[in-house]
Amino acid sequence: MSRWPLLLLLVAGCGPAAGTRVGSKLDNESVLLGELATALVRDTGTAVTHRRELGGTPVLWQALLAGEIDVYPEFTGTLAFQTLGDPALTDFDKLRTALAAKGIGVTAPLGYENNYAVGVRGAVADRLGLKTVSDLAKHPELRLRLTPEFVRRADGWTALKRAYALPHPDPDGTDHSLAYQGVAAGTVDVLDVYTTEAEIDRYAVRVLADDRTFFPRYAALFVYRQAWADTHPAAMASVRRLEHSLDEGTVRRLNARTQQRVPEATTAGKFLAERFGLAAVVAVETRAAKLWRHTREHLFLVVVSLVAAVPVAIPLGVLAARRPRLGQVITGVAGLIQTVPSLALLVLLLMLFAELPERIRGGLGWPPAAVALFLYALLPVIRNTATGLTDIPPHLRETAAGIGLTSWQSLRRVELPLAARSILAGVKTAAVITVGTATLGALIDAGGLGVPIQQGLRTNDRELILLGAIPAAGLAVAVQGVFELLERLVVPKGLR
Amino acid sequence: MIALREVVKRYGPTATVGPVSLTVAAGETVALIGPSGCGKSTLLRLVLGLLTPDAGEVAFDGTPVTPATARAVRLRCGYVVQELGGLFPHLSAADNVALVARQLSWDEARVVARVAELAGLVQLDVALLGRYPKALSGGQRQRVGVMRALMLDPPVLLLDEPLSALDPLVKTELRPDLRRLVRELGKAAVLVTHDLHDAAELADRVVLLNAGRVEQDGPLAELRAKPASAFVGKFLDAQRVAV
Repeated sequence: MSRWPLLLLLVAGCGPAAGTRVGSKLDNESVLLGELATALVRDTGTAVTHRRELGGTPVLWQALLAGEIDVYPEFTGTLAFQTLGDPALTDFDKLRTALAAKGIGVTAPLGYENNYAVGVRGAVADRLGLKTVSDLAKHPELRLRLTPEFVRRADGWTALKRAYALPHPDPDGTDHSLAYQGVAAGTVDVLDVYTTEAEIDRYAVRVLADDRTFFPRYAALFVYRQAWADTHPAAMASVRRLEHSLDEGTVRRLNARTQQRVPEATTAGKFLAERFGLAAVVAVETRAAKLWRHTREHLFLVVVSLVAAVPVAIPLGVLAARRPRLGQVITGVAGLIQTVPSLALLVLLLMLFAELPERIRGGLGWPPAAVALFLYALLPVIRNTATGLTDIPPHLRETAAGIGLTSWQSLRRVELPLAARSILAGVKTAAVITVGTATLGALIDAGGLGVPIQQGLRTNDRELILLGAIPAAGLAVAVQGVFELLERLVVPKGLR
Repeated sequence: MIALREVVKRYGPTATVGPVSLTVAAGETVALIGPSGCGKSTLLRLVLGLLTPDAGEVAFDGTPVTPATARAVRLRCGYVVQELGGLFPHLSAADNVALVARQLSWDEARVVARVAELAGLVQLDVALLGRYPKALSGGQRQRVGVMRALMLDPPVLLLDEPLSALDPLVKTELRPDLRRLVRELGKAAVLVTHDLHDAAELADRVVLLNAGRVEQDGPLAELRAKPASAFVGKFLDAQRVAV
């Protein structure tokens, strides 16, 4: 099969690179810190790659434990509450000791804190004279809009409500950027904010003082693998130059630049040049490079799931054609999977994968997405295989048996070739579905062209949305083309 | 060679074939003839084990035809199918002919030689062997169908309406060729047809069937001279063939 090497090459090209690997989370601030660390490591002459936007906290943490990344930016509060799950670890020395037991080191705090806080629309704060979170208790009429994460967290809404005896009803979680849109439109009065986010200034949101010191501190720092630090002392020392060098105002300004569509790497480079006199150590990822990277991730998801689905679906289709009653069960189940909304299926699989032992899971975002796409790809291939086989004129099937072909020979030499066009059409449908659905992979940290779309939605950047949406559509069209070529290879000449 | 003993096959809610008893000796050519729906094709399928009888027994060369023995029987029967040779549209003429031999792991030189030999035998232009069925005429397809049936040099030929889908001109051209083949090769042959003309030309013996039963079994001249029933007389008169 001459087609395989190309696929393998494609898949291999998406794998991890060598050298020091810096990780970052999906948010711009994390990417920015990742770029800073990357540039500082590169400054020491060490080979380094930045694995940007890998996912949420669990993904980064698992990747660090699994040795797939060496260092990434984190917050003390996140480590204490979410990662290690022990509120006592808000004490920095205790945190350092607990992490050291896992072979993980931490730098000193970088200087700024990105705490949760309660924000109020400027006009409302002025009119009601709101200064502290306690002031909110006197105004149950205010409309709250909180992020799902804040509603859910142990140190989130429920605890806050209890600590301040707030009279407001429990709100449903809403997307953070939508909450800010609501503030701009005047339909939202109160929202949860991060103290460093640029939107606070942009939307004139007033941050209320935490007068009962409810919110834990989220001091930024880097976590790293001790084994890496031991073997890369120069790189480690260089990253440590960021300790105590970033205050909240600085970070908010840097974040604002990102929102003005300046690439994170450029912002990072400029900051390092001004602050430490570093020059020309930044590799700016151009939009083209970003596009190519996401396209590769996208293709990786599509190819992996299709390559896995086709050899499963074709035999199931054969079974469905040969045993009609079993066939109804098979297509029924595959059809049922198809009706599960893609986002629900993705999240469900993400949760299932989270249950798996870390060694199998590998701390990566793409396997759940690939499994979801695999499941979606099954039905069209099963159905078209079964239809293609049952549509073969009965006299041809009888002839195949009558001239002395065994059941397997008849399938292999007569029935499957006759059904080839239909089967290929099923694979094509599956491929197009997969290309489209893979854009949702970004929601569960699987990468792909959905990443720019999601980022664009988050930062209200239409250009960025199109940067993901247009290539995704183009990819679907390209897939059609590829399959027309494949048809020449797969469909027997006598049938064309 | 072939023996059907009190064979009954029910299909559908009412239609029944049999009980039928019938023997075909080695080298003998027999035509199963009768109106549409009389069960003649069903008898052929029973011989090949494509259908299993509800009662009675089908034996091939002394061995009962069962699901376990059916494939061995099929490999010893050349089967020519009704619909323009029943060729597989995705295979060239040559590949259609060679399909089973290749599955039996014949070496390629032997396959090529045999295909060429058969092309001469059925008088098919070898240039046509590379074509796909859709690029062949009805008569050419039927010749390829006969080649495929003869590929393994089986002792028995089963021909299911080999000429009925052809237009009259092609039919008159192919009929004597078929006759020559069947006679020259000395194979036992069972021909299913509704056309007395085909039967007269190709078979030593005629078995006239009606509604799933044998009306009369014997040489055509005997059927004409001494029709066993009113139906036999009516059927022969309707086709008015000079013997």
